[in-house]
Amino acid sequence: METLTAIIAAMAIPMIAFISNLMHGDERPNLRDGITFIAALATFGCVLTVLMNEGSVIGSTHTIFTVISGLDVAFHVEPLGLLFALIASGLWVVVHMYAIGYMRGNKEKNHARFYAAFCLSISATIGIAFSANMFSLFLFYEILTIATYPLVAHKGTEEAKQGARVYVGTLLGTSIGFQLIAIIWTYTVAGTLDFTQGGILQGKVSPMLAMVLLGFFAFGIGKAALMPFHKWLPSAMVAPTPVSALLHAVAVVKAGVFTMLKVGVYIFGIDFLAETKASEWLMWLAAFSILAASLVAMTKDNLKARLAYSTVSQLSYITLGMALATSMGVIGGGLHIAMHAFGKITLFMCAGAIYVATHKTEIKQMTGLGRVMPFTYGAFFIGALSIIGLPPLGGSWSKWQLMVASADTGHLIMIGVLMLSSLLNVAYLLPIVAKGFFLTDEKNNAESGIREAPFWCVVPPVFTAIGCIALFIYAGDIQEFLMPLVEVK
Amino acid sequence: MLHVAGVSGLTIIDQLPMLTIVVPMLAAPLCVLFGNRHIAWLLAFLASVFSFLFATHMLLQVMDGDVLSYHMGGWEPPLGIEYRIDAANAFMLFLISGISTIVLPYARRSVAHEIKKVSHTLFYCCYLLCFTGLLGVVATGDAFNIFVFLEISSLSTYVLIAMGAERDRRALTSAYDYLILGTIGATFFVIGIGFLYMATGTLNLADLSVRMANMEGNRTIQAAFAFIIVGMGLKAAIYPLHLWLPGAYTYAPSVVTTFLAATATKAAIYVLMRFMFSVYQPDFVFELHTLTWIIMPLAILAIFAASLIAIFQTDLKRLLAYSSVAQIGYMMLGIGLASKSSLSATIVHLFNHGITKAVLFMVVGAYVMRAGSSFANNLNGLGKQLPWTSAAFVIGGLSLIGVPGTAGFISKWMLIQSVLEADLWWLAIMLVISSLLAVIYIWKTVEVLYLKEPDVSTLAMKEVPLSMLLPIWILAIACIYFGLNTEWTLSMADVAAEGLLNGGGK
Repeated sequence: METLTAIIAAMAIPMIAFISNLMHGDERPNLRDGITFIAALATFGCVLTVLMNEGSVIGSTHTIFTVISGLDVAFHVEPLGLLFALIASGLWVVVHMYAIGYMRGNKEKNHARFYAAFCLSISATIGIAFSANMFSLFLFYEILTIATYPLVAHKGTEEAKQGARVYVGTLLGTSIGFQLIAIIWTYTVAGTLDFTQGGILQGKVSPMLAMVLLGFFAFGIGKAALMPFHKWLPSAMVAPTPVSALLHAVAVVKAGVFTMLKVGVYIFGIDFLAETKASEWLMWLAAFSILAASLVAMTKDNLKARLAYSTVSQLSYITLGMALATSMGVIGGGLHIAMHAFGKITLFMCAGAIYVATHKTEIKQMTGLGRVMPFTYGAFFIGALSIIGLPPLGGSWSKWQLMVASADTGHLIMIGVLMLSSLLNVAYLLPIVAKGFFLTDEKNNAESGIREAPFWCVVPPVFTAIGCIALFIYAGDIQEFLMPLVEVK
Repeated sequence: MLHVAGVSGLTIIDQLPMLTIVVPMLAAPLCVLFGNRHIAWLLAFLASVFSFLFATHMLLQVMDGDVLSYHMGGWEPPLGIEYRIDAANAFMLFLISGISTIVLPYARRSVAHEIKKVSHTLFYCCYLLCFTGLLGVVATGDAFNIFVFLEISSLSTYVLIAMGAERDRRALTSAYDYLILGTIGATFFVIGIGFLYMATGTLNLADLSVRMANMEGNRTIQAAFAFIIVGMGLKAAIYPLHLWLPGAYTYAPSVVTTFLAATATKAAIYVLMRFMFSVYQPDFVFELHTLTWIIMPLAILAIFAASLIAIFQTDLKRLLAYSSVAQIGYMMLGIGLASKSSLSATIVHLFNHGITKAVLFMVVGAYVMRAGSSFANNLNGLGKQLPWTSAAFVIGGLSLIGVPGTAGFISKWMLIQSVLEADLWWLAIMLVISSLLAVIYIWKTVEVLYLKEPDVSTLAMKEVPLSMLLPIWILAIACIYFGLNTEWTLSMADVAAEGLLNGGGK
């Protein structure tokens, strides 16, 4: 298959599944979910085809059509986007299996609408990953926001509605209020929005204005959950757990930090950022986000809320990587997209599995559960270690790279921030595991009939937990894969 | 290139400028004469299809900047009445007749639901007269003729709005309000024209512009300008002259609201542009009288105040009506900037907003048909009962917000570009922020449709018939199509803007 065909197929197949879901409705659920599963596999296959065809290069741009001259909907292949597309489509396969188990095990309603919106979100995510210019990216970015809205509001309760309102309000608000201005501004000064190696703003804006423009971008990319625009992420946790797992640990938030990296590398250019020191303030803000969100996470007793704040903190690692304005930082940020995706999706799926099995959401209720749910808790433990950044798990490498980058640029204090953050991670993640394994409940869990979650809720997190270990071994390859991003032509 | 034709024109093609208006005009009395409501609808529909075909043909003829000049009755202008079709008004004719052609199939069922059967023939008669009037206002090149057609369209509009009394008696007071304000507007307009005639001795727009070239200091001409702007401003519902609009849009029958929202104010804005840029010279209007500093602040005020008011409305029709006032603010902003790019942004927005609002009002009409009213608390959970209709509302709503990929984004992008060209940074940021207000009121409605638990009465509701759904979706798809493919709309708007600035392509 041609690369372009494969990209378009990777977006079209989820759309077909979207239509199939809507047509089947809630009749014949097995056929409906089966078709979606095949679609997920096929989508992943298409992205793999792109990988086979292109490998680790920055490919040429394919324009699909022109909206206004200078504003094209266009696609290209470059390592970071390809990595993102691989993660999103690959984990969709896993999460779809999990979602079937979760939605049925939990007797949720409106399955068809749920899966349909899921498919649409994946299609938009692939669009974001392969966008060749800021306009296309913005287009898919907005589609993703709107497509995920029904997922967040899925339960239809007052709480879900309120959460969804914050979600869509923050994301649309920041993207229109800041990002669109930044895009129009960029277009006005640079005359183009194409993602170009080395950036398009070099010499077009003064250092002072570059700083302001970067601010519009950084706050405009609400999906990156940079403080103070992070509130939507915990609000979105009212969504069913598969949504939190794929969309709010992988697709949506990663679309945010992915856009952040794209803007840093291809709009500003790392060298330009380094020269002008335009991103220095962003680095401090990211560091603040990392620590503050970790501290807030410690105060949360609701498991999903704790994981949400942990995500806010971890996303800022990637923003930090960009803001350090050095090639090592960008590579570290790119790596962290992959590492955090696997780690966090494991944690979320485990949280969901616990909920399906016990209907418990608060950490203080979860004492002794590890003994009756060993696989779920085992996977959780591995995921937690990867988020903390301990070897032999994937998360250790990205953190390592970011520390090297901090040392390179002379920001030794950032090393301290990252280390402190790891300690905080230990403090809010490991007690959950410890309580699960070592404490016993007054009421014996086994007697109250609590057993391991359904098969389809347990296998996916175990699988991604193994992925965390595999990533430790293959981190070098991913790093190699990302190198063209920072190589100077 | 100037194409001239009169009654002596040999082919039917030469007669198109006249036929576009005369066909619906003659169809109107026929509706009443036949006295059958089905025939009346058919006549209205056919007349509007013909007008649409004629308008399309003319649009293709003038797309490259040519001008069609038609001499009524063979009398040479400036003595005789001239119909002068250039890109700008051909585009408007296309919009008005196109919207009418799409709305009429929808009207059949909606009118049957909202208006007594005995009044149907009269309804279609008035509709056709209103349609004729709007087409005439746009097509003609004669100032007094504009007034005549304006009155034809206004008088029939008053009747059409009052017909909403079947559903809600407040339609009568709204129609009365509009009658008073509309008459004041028309009177101001005709006083303005009278002054112009006094000073120049001509009523032909092109001729006026030539004769006024060196009369900038003339007090009469200046006073005429003020009268014309205020008079037309009332018809165009420029903030703060918009007070008739919310009531009229809210209580008029849904079809009327749809048609008026998509076309009537647009025709008035076109006339304003014609006078500001073709009859008077832009430098007279904007430099000598610093009109920029009157129009722009009012436009910004319109955008923010009307959007804010819209957020607090509980009646969907009224909400959209206030949103229209805000959108007219965007158009006036483009006029106030007075550059070629801002003018073409306004023209694009006329078109894009026309189709967007038509979708939204048609959807609301469908809700009225099923739920009996357009109050938000009667629409709980309708998204599930009327899935296609509600999906179209979401598309229209996104286009109103200006989300990329929809028509609304294009006009906003063009407008912001022209604002940036004028180096008004703060204004660009304000424009972007103003879209957020639209997010609030659209999202509020989407929540009602999709997230509220349906009431017991809602559960029995079915999707509206295909004859209503199809028009809704044609325009909903157009909202997306013109958001992705702008080649045609943008080039059209450019030619039209250039034509306007060159005084009608002399």
